[in-house]
Amino acid sequence: MHRYRFVLWRPFQLLPVLFGISVLVFVMVRSIPGDPARILLGVRSTPQAIARIRAQYGLDEPLWLQYFYFVRNLLQGEMGKSIIYRVDTLKLIDSRIQPTIFLVLGSVLLAVLIAVPLATGAARYRGRLADHAIRLISTIGLGLPAFWLGIMVILLFSISLHWFPVSGYGSDWAERLHHLFLPCLTVALALSAVLTRNLRASLLMELQNDYVTAARARGLSENHIFWRHVMPNSLIPTINLLAVNIGWLIGGTVVIESVFAIPGLGQLLVKAIISRDYMVVQGVVLVFALATVAVNLLADLLTVALDPRVKL
Amino acid sequence: MTLLRVSDLTIQDRLGTALVDGVSLSVDRGEILGLVGESGSGKTLACRAMMRLLPGEGLTIRGGEIRLNGADVLTYGEKQMMAVRGREIGMIFQNPASHLNPVMTIGRQIAEGRRRHFGASRREARQHAIELLRQVGIPDPASRVDNYPHEFSGGMRQRAMIAVALACEPKLLIADEPTTALDVTVQMQVLHLLRDLRDRLGLAVILITHDLGVVAQTCDRIAVMYAGRLCETGGKREVLGAPLHPYTRGLIECQPSSDGGAGRMITIQGQPPLAQRFPAGCRFHPRCGSATAECASVQPEMRVEPGADSHAAACHHAASVVNRGMVHGH
Repeated sequence: MHRYRFVLWRPFQLLPVLFGISVLVFVMVRSIPGDPARILLGVRSTPQAIARIRAQYGLDEPLWLQYFYFVRNLLQGEMGKSIIYRVDTLKLIDSRIQPTIFLVLGSVLLAVLIAVPLATGAARYRGRLADHAIRLISTIGLGLPAFWLGIMVILLFSISLHWFPVSGYGSDWAERLHHLFLPCLTVALALSAVLTRNLRASLLMELQNDYVTAARARGLSENHIFWRHVMPNSLIPTINLLAVNIGWLIGGTVVIESVFAIPGLGQLLVKAIISRDYMVVQGVVLVFALATVAVNLLADLLTVALDPRVKL
Repeated sequence: MTLLRVSDLTIQDRLGTALVDGVSLSVDRGEILGLVGESGSGKTLACRAMMRLLPGEGLTIRGGEIRLNGADVLTYGEKQMMAVRGREIGMIFQNPASHLNPVMTIGRQIAEGRRRHFGASRREARQHAIELLRQVGIPDPASRVDNYPHEFSGGMRQRAMIAVALACEPKLLIADEPTTALDVTVQMQVLHLLRDLRDRLGLAVILITHDLGVVAQTCDRIAVMYAGRLCETGGKREVLGAPLHPYTRGLIECQPSSDGGAGRMITIQGQPPLAQRFPAGCRFHPRCGSATAECASVQPEMRVEPGADSHAAACHHAASVVNRGMVHGH
């Protein structure tokens, strides 16, 4: 089991990464022109009122001291009070994180369910019509921007066919699933294009390997060879590509949640940026960073599980 | 008793060049046949054809027969072939590292064939795998069975690959340069193992090699190939002791002598021809010192040496044993 020991020390290695991200976000969010107190109070606010709000949220302190408070609060399990919502950012995130998690998980699941059969078909019927069609579709899929694809999907499935709701998020599980399907499909279509192409190339490369010849020489069936030998070997590089894309996808939820009006973290982030709600922006970005780091750790775990040669 | 008889086997590439041209071979039960030749002589191709697993696209079997226990496998459908592969004819390869799946345990790779051909349960197949690992000389097989190929040394991997092939209890084992990638001491062990398996299981073996030393140690009979054609076949003693074909003689003289020699290596002059430029007549004639006009125009047929019952060669001058054919060079 020593091969899995990296799980224990990897989080400590990631501490500097998270520290760097927190500094970066902290500085960047404060470099955006605009003052949260002024936005909160409106254009006709008095300088005194603005100063009072700034003092209340500690915005009049030097930058380094503000950062110190931010980190101190984090260590105490708080992220600072939102200027707009007047609750702690962590509570806010807690109430909005569920739709985003399901959006990401659903998209990835759907993308894998689309990509694996398509890549399998393309690789096993290499050079035939099915292969050309799958490659053409996935190339087109690579070129379509998510927001446009989202709108097209809404037009087709919601407006014309009335199969799915246009936007929003339900109150019970069935309704939520119903609401999340189209956004997940939108993301999955784009993601599956990348995965299909990568997995197809990976499968074709593995099919050339000597161990496939050796397996045939044992009289094993093509199906057995494909699923037991070729597929596990091919998934190793694809899993790492998927991890990179999930990181990218977590940021992409900002767009998708806006298009489909899903009350998740992405939407919260957009609103927080517009109102210069520093604490919320910092908090959400930090959660996104943490999630990306966690996904990569998970991908490493999977790689180690799939490939006995890998030592981390 | 003849297990496998190949007659007049011809394999062409997409351009119609005969990479294997009219090759006839036979192997008896419990016999080790050494198939000798340089790289590109078609020896691997001929053996892959016996399993109907030609490497690369565009290669086709154009003619001949491959009779296994009397039935021509060239008439078999894919399903019948799958029952032959592994079960009737097993194969081991030059590079065990790449011919074993790196992400599957050795034990499961051995068990696969057993389960496929014998319908063994997971548990039976695993027990059998441990037993086979023991037979091929892997120490502590009960724990080694769960190792992955990269946890084995080169020699152990080749033993493991032999175990993979033996799991299906084939009657014939094709060993494609099984010792080329191994250390000399490990080479000896693997060759011993092959001979031992022949003795214990009555296994027939076709040993593909370019190393006459390996042949001399291991084989009962020898077939020499050059540029896709058979040059000479016969018992080991006859072929190595009284070679009929100038090419065979050249190969024998090329062997570095064990006494250290005088510092000069004897080689056969020139290079084997590329497949697209096989010469007319005897394919060896441009490199042969005793070639005549006849050699350049008429392709020699395999002729059995008078007096020897199975020693045959494809040479117009096979009877007139001359030693001028070889050029002594660097």
